[in-house]
Amino acid sequence: MAIVSLVVELKDKPGQLAKVIEPVSKYKGNIISIVHRREEISEGKVPVEISIEIDEKNVKKLLENIKSKGITIKRFNESRLTSTTSVVLIGHIIHTDLSSTIDAVDKTGFAEVVEMHISMPCLNKPSTAMVTISAIGDEELKKAMENLKAVCKKKGIIMIEPLEPE
Amino acid sequence: MYMIKLAIFGFGAVGRGVAKILIDKERIRRLIGEYTVVAIADSKGAIISDSIDLKKALEIKNKEGSLPERLTVDEIIDSVDFDVALELTPTNIKTGEPGLTHIKKCLKKGCHVVTSNKGPLVVAYKELMKLAEKNNVKLMFEATVGGAMPVIKLIKRDLAGNNIISIKGILNGTCNYILSKMEKEKLPYDVVLSEAKELGIAEANESYDVEGIDSAAKLVILANALMNMDVKFDDVEIVGITKITPEAFEIAMEKGYTIRLIAEVNEQTLKVGPRLVSLNNPLCIHGTLNAVLIKTDLAKEVFVIGRGAGSIETASAVISDLAEIYSCEVNK
Repeated sequence: MAIVSLVVELKDKPGQLAKVIEPVSKYKGNIISIVHRREEISEGKVPVEISIEIDEKNVKKLLENIKSKGITIKRFNESRLTSTTSVVLIGHIIHTDLSSTIDAVDKTGFAEVVEMHISMPCLNKPSTAMVTISAIGDEELKKAMENLKAVCKKKGIIMIEPLEPE
Repeated sequence: MYMIKLAIFGFGAVGRGVAKILIDKERIRRLIGEYTVVAIADSKGAIISDSIDLKKALEIKNKEGSLPERLTVDEIIDSVDFDVALELTPTNIKTGEPGLTHIKKCLKKGCHVVTSNKGPLVVAYKELMKLAEKNNVKLMFEATVGGAMPVIKLIKRDLAGNNIISIKGILNGTCNYILSKMEKEKLPYDVVLSEAKELGIAEANESYDVEGIDSAAKLVILANALMNMDVKFDDVEIVGITKITPEAFEIAMEKGYTIRLIAEVNEQTLKVGPRLVSLNNPLCIHGTLNAVLIKTDLAKEVFVIGRGAGSIETASAVISDLAEIYSCEVNK
């Protein structure tokens, strides 16, 4: 499942929103939120921001269907990654080939390191890093964490996991 | 009126704490009826009498360092008549000895046993419980986990009927002191450790605590006794706290976390290690305290916090076990 958020321009008159909602329902999407940005009305058109949870396979068809009804899609952004967690790593993170450590997550194809904060107080002393990982689902996140843990174990890096999921 | 005869094996911090409480006859009589201590043994000697003067025994131990009569615990079990053994000798995680032999002998003899010694339970929990059942006596061990903090009887008795889904706990006060101090003062591990040694919070040989061994032993007892598992010490995945940096706390804090040494057991997990604990989590505790977060199918979450160590505190758990043994028998 992916979370897609799009901004469409609708004429400020009855029945317009249905033109967008109908295709969402057709492609089995689940609407998470709808926001009318009435303060941004220009030339009689209201920007409406819609977030939808939908199967990745259907995203393209959904967008085409909405466009075919004469509606302008002003912006579209697909956020594939829905599960996120942070872990702390302690050890010789830099000198043990940082990029291969990150690859343990990134090469999965279903998870990515989306944020990293490293603290290196002294040369040759262990560094500490906070790594934030996002994945397309909880199961995938768990797998990516296991991969990272295995690589850290080999490199003598301690991985501190959260007690509860985020 | 029946006179309950007690034997105390092990006269260190816990044994002496128990003796101090047993001096208060009025307090204990209300719990178990008439009682007397007929034997006390430490690693070097013993005192045997129909009615030992506990005050005097404590004085001798303080002055001489050991007890006078040349008798071993094994000899006492063979030759002295008693109803309950308080087995309070030091823990050995690998062999369980000498406590394991003491407990087996006492159970076989038909005596109840109350112990604060983790070793025997870690090594042979199932075997000891079967032995107790076969001989129709009780083996109680509240003091082995969490000191004064009630957890064994709390789950067995007060949460009876619940299936335990998971237990997450801080089971070592030394580690929790070091980590919460590192968090607060932003000091390196080594500095906080030496300070803890000076204060008597950490032992001269700290590895048993800081490597997570003590927590893992307690976790094995919880898993076997309360979750009907059959796990061994070697089954526990253990990471200690020695490599934690002060920067780890600063970085974790940015995301609303601190770091604590957590022992965790559920169907898939049996591990001890440093974990990111949300500042809102009840397990985000400070100082030498212990705490346990229990998740069950009926009662859902239950949280306990208390003192995990100390002579009188641990003795409190021993006394409560003694009371439990006689709670159904006192009016017979």
